Amino acid sequence: MAYAIEGSTGPWEVVVGLEVHAQVVSNAKLFSGAATAFGAEPNSQVSFVDAAFPGMLPVINAECVAQAVRTGLGLNARINTVSRFDRKNYFYADLPAGYQISQFEHPIVGTGEIEVELADGSTKAIGITRLHLEQDAGKSLHDQHPTKSLIDLNRAGVALMEIVSEPDIRSPEEAGAYVRKLRSILRYLGTCDGNMEEGSMRADVNVSVRKHGEPYRTRCEVKNVNSIRFVMQAVEAEAARQVEVWEAGGTVTQETRLFDSNRGITRSMRSKEDAHDYRYFPDPDLLPLVLEEDWIASLKAALPELPDAKRARFIQSYGLTPYDAAVLVAEKATAQFYEVVAKGRDPKIAANWITGDFFAAMNRLGRSIEDPPVTAGQLGGLLDLMADNTINGRIAKDVFEAMVETGKDAAAIVDEKGLRQVTDTGAIDDAVERILAANPDKVAEYRSGKDKLFGFFVGQTMKAMAGKGNPALINETLKRRLDSRKE
Amino acid sequence: MLTDLTIAQARDGLRAKAFSAVDLTMAHLHAIEALNPRLNAYITVSHARAVDQARAADAALAAGDARPLTGVPLAIKDLFCTEGVRTTAGSKILGPFVPPYESTVTANLLRDGAVFLGKTNMDEFAMGSSNMTSAYGPVENPWKRKQDNTAVLVPGGSSGGSAAAVAARLAMGATGTDTGGSIRQPASFCGLVGVKPTYGRCSRWGVVAFASSLDHPGPFARTVQDSAILLGSMAGHDPKDSTSAPVPVPDFEAACARGVKGLRIGVPREYHADGMPTEIDALWQQGIGWLREAGAEIVDVSLPHTKYGLATYYIVAPAEASSNLSRYDGVRFGSRRNGEDLRDLYERTRAEGFGPEVRRRVLIGTYVLSAGYYDAYYLRAQKIRSLILKDFTDAFAKVDALLTTTAPTAPFAQGENMDDPVKMYLNDLFTVPSNLAGVPAASIPAGLDANGLPVGLQVIGKPFDEETVFAVAAVIEQAAGFTALPSLRAGG
Repeated sequence: MAYAIEGSTGPWEVVVGLEVHAQVVSNAKLFSGAATAFGAEPNSQVSFVDAAFPGMLPVINAECVAQAVRTGLGLNARINTVSRFDRKNYFYADLPAGYQISQFEHPIVGTGEIEVELADGSTKAIGITRLHLEQDAGKSLHDQHPTKSLIDLNRAGVALMEIVSEPDIRSPEEAGAYVRKLRSILRYLGTCDGNMEEGSMRADVNVSVRKHGEPYRTRCEVKNVNSIRFVMQAVEAEAARQVEVWEAGGTVTQETRLFDSNRGITRSMRSKEDAHDYRYFPDPDLLPLVLEEDWIASLKAALPELPDAKRARFIQSYGLTPYDAAVLVAEKATAQFYEVVAKGRDPKIAANWITGDFFAAMNRLGRSIEDPPVTAGQLGGLLDLMADNTINGRIAKDVFEAMVETGKDAAAIVDEKGLRQVTDTGAIDDAVERILAANPDKVAEYRSGKDKLFGFFVGQTMKAMAGKGNPALINETLKRRLDSRKE
Repeated sequence: MLTDLTIAQARDGLRAKAFSAVDLTMAHLHAIEALNPRLNAYITVSHARAVDQARAADAALAAGDARPLTGVPLAIKDLFCTEGVRTTAGSKILGPFVPPYESTVTANLLRDGAVFLGKTNMDEFAMGSSNMTSAYGPVENPWKRKQDNTAVLVPGGSSGGSAAAVAARLAMGATGTDTGGSIRQPASFCGLVGVKPTYGRCSRWGVVAFASSLDHPGPFARTVQDSAILLGSMAGHDPKDSTSAPVPVPDFEAACARGVKGLRIGVPREYHADGMPTEIDALWQQGIGWLREAGAEIVDVSLPHTKYGLATYYIVAPAEASSNLSRYDGVRFGSRRNGEDLRDLYERTRAEGFGPEVRRRVLIGTYVLSAGYYDAYYLRAQKIRSLILKDFTDAFAKVDALLTTTAPTAPFAQGENMDDPVKMYLNDLFTVPSNLAGVPAASIPAGLDANGLPVGLQVIGKPFDEETVFAVAAVIEQAAGFTALPSLRAGG
């Protein structure tokens, strides 16, 4: 059932398009040699070009161009062999030149498409309108001094890719899935680190609502939303607001809004009448950007395996379910982690452990796949101890928790704690005999047909052996002893 | 007098140890001291630095390590950023700005051993044809009307200070920039050779931008050969300027001796203005005759879109300028006027910092780029610009170079043409088309008008064929035998 907002006049469809600003991973800025590291001392990564000193000229950074092309290829998009840079003119204290160099009419990347996975297991194609390169602005700090604003130009001139989607998104969930998938592709490509909390990826969310079958109604743009959760909340809040306006007999006016994440609402920033006239025109300091087909082909040939291809491979060669495969490929680092664990081991057991106990521990401890609670090698070692019957699955869970706590390898913990599984049939026979002798009434009930009691005997025996009994052997022994006099 | 030497003569004299670089520089510094208070050609004289550079030049000469310009004292238009020397662009808005970097063109000259005497006066941000828009006062043309030597004439603009300095022997040569005629028109007004090379030949890096797609650095000198020597040092590919051309620099000096035998010289019928003085027309005809006598074939050509050049230029140049000058906002460098808030700071800083002509062009440029007018003005101007380029391309399919007059008038007096900006803009009538097309052009002194004032002829060449421009210019120079001297000059 398609997502809809139920209003007093019936259901409303939500129409969403996203503009994602993704900071390009590169050592230098788009048009200068200044460094781009996050968190440096204010104004320590600023060249004379970035500060727009008289007579300074921009020179395009080839690596930023390559990153944009890689991203375009990863979005299955058309690469424009000729593109152009334009100046977007406006005055602001953190925009040193008084214009931002961007691509207005002729972007480097044209139309493309990505496929997003939804919770119900379905997929949906979202169109990409374009990707263009542009400079970031600096940062204005208004709360550091009673009467002055402070300016940090470290970010000024850093390369951004603006990735614009078609208005194909129809729900908060789809909006979230789109940003998540886009971020995953960018991270796989290594073209953007996708760290939304550091601001290296942020979204402008265009929202409108309409009745089924209508043409588009007026949209509003919610600016600078900086997490996937907020993107979803912003869509929901803004769509609900617009439905209310329309249903109250009002008109939604085109404007720029901000999402207030504390209150979960959007509020007006500026209306269309206040919109800047950016006076775009081709930047005369830069020649058109012309790309060679051979160069594009060489970048394409060197692209890494992307999430969709990896997921297909995980399903096919590891026999994983589509769901598990999607979970494991969402982050490049997780997929790498999985492939280390699965190598030479049962791939399904490896997948179950990672998506189960491992993720649970990671989330519980607030760790990440880059800083995991146990290494892939350690988890593999644990799986090996199960595979060769040194420990059973129940003990393995305890060993895993001990590994997380101490950082030690599985084998060391098993040895230290004497958790080696008992496969000595004599010891198992003894334990079984003791349990049967201690519970004659239950034995009688079982033998009279109460099969369910089998589990009780297994549990009691395992308990008597402090959990270290080999479950298969216990089962076999119990069956043999209990069933021998059943008939 | 040392100040009367050409660069080529000075180069030989220095190498022959006939005089020292310090002698040569001191002679010029003394001349500046004597005449600059009147001419106002220099905004900044870098006396101590010049002497240091001259001493270094003498050491290099003594060590047998002479470079093409070792010990040659030059003047630098105050639009070129010079490391450690104040740079004003003729404007108040830059305040006491001292660049922490050296422009590529001036760095090339320093690499070749030149001595910099100082920074020359100019129209504010190179916007003007008379040097009257400078925030540092007007410049007096060293030439006088023979009937009336009290009238103070303009040196042309925007590189008026450079032209006046070289004409008055306050420098052996100078740098200029030419956006719509700002080297060639002052060269014509001051009896000098001025060269606007091909767009991309000289780097714009470190040159304060007026209109990026039209700005051309180039040299002033008193002879064609000297201008060729200077351009040879100034030119060259610069990776810091994306519009700099990756082409080798030919031997311009050698090209001066090529002659014009067998060349086809085009005479464009559209380069004529109503009310143009007859002497200027007559000099043009004379120039045609000189080239024919020297063995060139004269061909009538048509550049049909010439009449749209000025209108196109006065859309494109202000459009780019309005954007280029946005950086002068008082936030990071230059002068600042604090205000109630950011917008107030901008308004006060820029209202106080920019003169009326700059304000006018920023307004025009902002208007032609604004939503609703962009298509009618900027876009249409770009289309006409490509038609003007096509005019040149078509003409150069038939001829090797073009001969025209440089400016429609001889130098006028300070205060004349000031009532109507459009009248002032007409000075650029014959010079703007080659800026729009990016083709090389030079002005060569060809004779005097009835008032005894210099008049220049313009040679326009094919892209990156400055060699032919120099060859034609040298023939005109020789035929004209221009020996007249300005009234105001060192030792004069």
